[in-house]
Amino acid sequence: MEYTILILALPMFSFLLLGLAGMKMSHKVAGTIGTLSLGIVTVLSYLTAFRYFTAPRTADGTFETLMPWNFEWLPFTESLHIDMGILLDPISVMMLVVISTVSLMVHIYSFGYMKGEVGFQRYYAFLSLFSMSMLGLVVATNIFQMYVFWELVGVSSYLLIGFYYTKPEAIAASKKAFIVTRFADLGFLIGILIYGYYMQTFEFDPAQERLMQAGMVLPLALGLMFVGGAGKSAMFPLHIWLPDAMEGPTPVSALIHAATMVVAGVYLVARMFPLFIGFAPETLHIVAYVGAFTAFYAASVACAQSDIKRVLAFSTISQIGFMMVALGVCTSMDPHEGGLGYMAGMFHLFTHAMFKALLFLGAGCIIHAVHSNEMSTMGGLRKYMPITHITFLIACLAIAGIPPFSGFFSKDEILAACFQFSPAMGWIMTIIAGMTAFYMFRLYYGIFWGTENKELHEHHTPHESPLSMTFPLMFLALITIVCGWIQPFGHFVSSNGHAYDIHLDMNVAVTSVVVALIAIAIATWMYARDRQPVADMLAKRFATLHRAAYKRFYMDEVWMFVTKRIIFRCVSKPLAWFDRHAIDQFMNFMAWCTNAAGGTIQPLQNGRIQSYTQWFYGGIIVLVVILLLS
Amino acid sequence: MNILSLFVLIPLLMLLGLWIARNVSQVKGVMVVGSSALLVLATWLTVAYIGMRQAGATEEMLFTDSIMWYAPLHICYSVGVDGISVVMLLLSAIIVFTGTFASWKLKPLTKEYFLWFTLLSTGVFGFFISTDLFTMFMFYEVALIPMYLLIGVWGSGRKEYSAMKLTLMLMGGSAFLLIGILGIYYGAGGETMNILEIVKLKIPTEIQQIFFPLTFLGFGVLGALFPFHTWSPDGHASAPTAVSMLHAGVLMKLGGYGCFRVAMYLMPTGAAIWGDFFLILTTISVVYGAFSAVVQTDLKYINAYSSVSHCGLVLFALLMMTRVSATGAILQMLSHGLMTALFFALIGMIYGRTHTRDIRQLSGLMKIMPFLSVGYVIAGLANLGLPGLSGFIAEMTVFTGSFQVNDVFHRTCTVIATTSIVITAVYILRVVGKILYGTCDNPEHLKLTDATWDERLSVICLIAAVAGLGLAPWWASDVISGSVEPIISQLMR
Repeated sequence: MEYTILILALPMFSFLLLGLAGMKMSHKVAGTIGTLSLGIVTVLSYLTAFRYFTAPRTADGTFETLMPWNFEWLPFTESLHIDMGILLDPISVMMLVVISTVSLMVHIYSFGYMKGEVGFQRYYAFLSLFSMSMLGLVVATNIFQMYVFWELVGVSSYLLIGFYYTKPEAIAASKKAFIVTRFADLGFLIGILIYGYYMQTFEFDPAQERLMQAGMVLPLALGLMFVGGAGKSAMFPLHIWLPDAMEGPTPVSALIHAATMVVAGVYLVARMFPLFIGFAPETLHIVAYVGAFTAFYAASVACAQSDIKRVLAFSTISQIGFMMVALGVCTSMDPHEGGLGYMAGMFHLFTHAMFKALLFLGAGCIIHAVHSNEMSTMGGLRKYMPITHITFLIACLAIAGIPPFSGFFSKDEILAACFQFSPAMGWIMTIIAGMTAFYMFRLYYGIFWGTENKELHEHHTPHESPLSMTFPLMFLALITIVCGWIQPFGHFVSSNGHAYDIHLDMNVAVTSVVVALIAIAIATWMYARDRQPVADMLAKRFATLHRAAYKRFYMDEVWMFVTKRIIFRCVSKPLAWFDRHAIDQFMNFMAWCTNAAGGTIQPLQNGRIQSYTQWFYGGIIVLVVILLLS
Repeated sequence: MNILSLFVLIPLLMLLGLWIARNVSQVKGVMVVGSSALLVLATWLTVAYIGMRQAGATEEMLFTDSIMWYAPLHICYSVGVDGISVVMLLLSAIIVFTGTFASWKLKPLTKEYFLWFTLLSTGVFGFFISTDLFTMFMFYEVALIPMYLLIGVWGSGRKEYSAMKLTLMLMGGSAFLLIGILGIYYGAGGETMNILEIVKLKIPTEIQQIFFPLTFLGFGVLGALFPFHTWSPDGHASAPTAVSMLHAGVLMKLGGYGCFRVAMYLMPTGAAIWGDFFLILTTISVVYGAFSAVVQTDLKYINAYSSVSHCGLVLFALLMMTRVSATGAILQMLSHGLMTALFFALIGMIYGRTHTRDIRQLSGLMKIMPFLSVGYVIAGLANLGLPGLSGFIAEMTVFTGSFQVNDVFHRTCTVIATTSIVITAVYILRVVGKILYGTCDNPEHLKLTDATWDERLSVICLIAAVAGLGLAPWWASDVISGSVEPIISQLMR
């Protein structure tokens, strides 16, 4: 499988080509280069997946872990070194498929969406850079390689959020995204350093005796790594950068801030899963609680947002919370007893990437048609944009967990895993799933039903997007419809690597579907009509709560306070003042002292022979007196 | 003749050439030929050095030579290089070369400017090839004095004040250093000034205890050790572009190099006694510099404080005294030299156009000068440690190395120093967002032009070096860590 190196090399090459020579190319050529290289990567990824999963299993019933490439990139000591390579195992192969599929769709879609934009070539260069980094992240052979690419996806995300670099909001958002995730990465880095020191390796499978001696250190290291994961995956309270990241072009939101990069944290936990289960089960439970709280928090905020991309952003945060919960509730490696969550989380990652990318791309079409993100400018769009409408509806049904769409199957597995963990967790997650269905249909009705915004449409009738944009929608919708039926998913990916048959737990399935249907019914009752008296009444009755939710429970204000007030005003300003006025003045004071001393002694050297003679004879007399006395 | 002597000979020939040059184009001709020759020589030396090591050369220093100079005090012109000096010579050659192009349009007194510039380079190259304490000190002084004139005559802003302050503070450091060197010489029996021979002798503990801090401090002033760093912001702010480049890029490295090669290598017991004290100072440097950079409004001040932070990390890593951290320190010197030179070059070019370095008066430059702006973004990303550029590998080696020291004190210092990666991101992105992005408010700036060919050449060379080191770090790491070994084993005893 040596050809897998091309999966990284091609996007790298197209990044360099577009970055260095892009400005001299026409838009069409630049876009084609980017898309073509990603197309080849997608084919190679599918080929890799096909060959990997059809290869015979090893004697103990798991898939072989392959490492077709690995070389020492930066040596530290004999045992500690950063390697660069490619690791193929079930989850990395699955991620290759997810990333290349979504990325290719976004590349195609951007042809239409970004048409005629200034910086089109730069856009495709950054997309290539991102794809390369993300693919490199998932195939990392060791934790430090993962960190290297982790930082690279961070910077590609920074560059793409700030793509419209003349917009102040975009600049602020890109800065915020980078700094918040950097802050989380500090935890990740320290986690890696602790891990490296005590395990004496950066590989994912340290020596057994090292693990045994580790004691409390391993949970600490894994916990710190999870901090990094929480930053990238927008877990509370590090989620604040993600809603703002929607300032980037919408296809970017679909690719980076919905389908791929934001699940890197989930992938990290999955990657370290054997260590979590074996040596840090309590840390894993923290992951579950953080995930559950985030899921709930984000779902409640999503109910009150009016910007469609923000609703989707919070829904992403909430869904990633689901995945974290799925991994966190695992108690053993065996999927039959307590290890189901691993498979469920990965399955949800897969299905979510598809339908969330679909939602964002659909949102892109809508924004493209009405030139606004605000729900108030929409309504009644179903007549104008039939394809977008149908595909959006499919994605909404999927995320709400209605059979037979893919989201139903993956969410059902998560809920089943939660119920195995504890009934309380199961019920909480079921309710959050209901909230998901509610706010998604609030969004759906707000966009496609309800009152048409007549004055806006007078000047400009909304229209369906070109094929380059609708094709990705249809393709992703198709996947969303069928991929739930990929029953062999459990055969490919499971906690202990053995084939696992996915089967529906009827109690859980029926409960969750009923809850989702009730939620959809409420949303229909409240939002599907031309007027929305109930919603308005509720918003008025619970004005404080509504406002708080709309303001995202003031989390951004808290962060602004910490950064602007505390770090900027209370630390940096005084330090800089101290430097200039205390330390530097001390140096000046020394110089002044020298000067002053010089000035005091100077009159002695006045150049007059008389005074020199006086001193001379005076000195002789003193000496003579001293000699005589002694 | 020893090949290393060429590093001093070429600049001396350049001085001669500059002296007889009749017009500006001849001056530039001499500079280009000379600095290219140095760059070729340094590259050749690096390749030859790696080749000799691979062929199995095990001596600590290669290309050694020694000529008696002043017998009563055993002063020799002794030269020799190991991996550390080889990479430092390469760094100096790159910066002298790019610095020449960065001051292409400098006026007035072009000839005199380049004379002093070349004299400064002579000192720098001489310092890195020397293995004799006194000769080393002499070259060190040769490198410092021209700075006074370069800033005082060709500088901007409060140039007299800054030049005086910088020179006096560094001279103060030299005074300590001279005492330290004499202490080492007599402590080791007064028989030799050669580092390689002194290290075989045992300097009594009491003497080390007194003279280690003097020597370390003497070099530390140049390495911007807190609280002796305040010459740096003013000095850099007033210095002309290429002088800032050479100063932050190479001259500050003399400090780190000296601390390691002279203070720590020759007085390991002293280092063990005083290590923790200086470690606290360097940890403060790292965080303090970064925090101070956050609120600055002058581009050069931001970089000067950032240099305090990054050079603090060099001394910090040296004081951790493990092989990996010391390797990281040298990598950090290399990386910081390259990226700071890049930064100062770009700032100089922006300042040359807009005539302001105040970030409040600059905005939207990306649209006006895309080449310089993209260069600035790359320099910024290198500075905040983006993988693929040099900053990352240096910082990671430092942190991994520092983490190998397993006690609470060192761990705490390491974790505190690690936080600088976040603060660095804050001040870099603040500047990038402020001056490059957004829309340009100043109609005057709209008329400005992008980089000219000489500026492009300088910037591209530096970016290539930063990216080259960042993408293929293994060779530098190999070259350095082999040479760090004897010094560290000395410290371990």
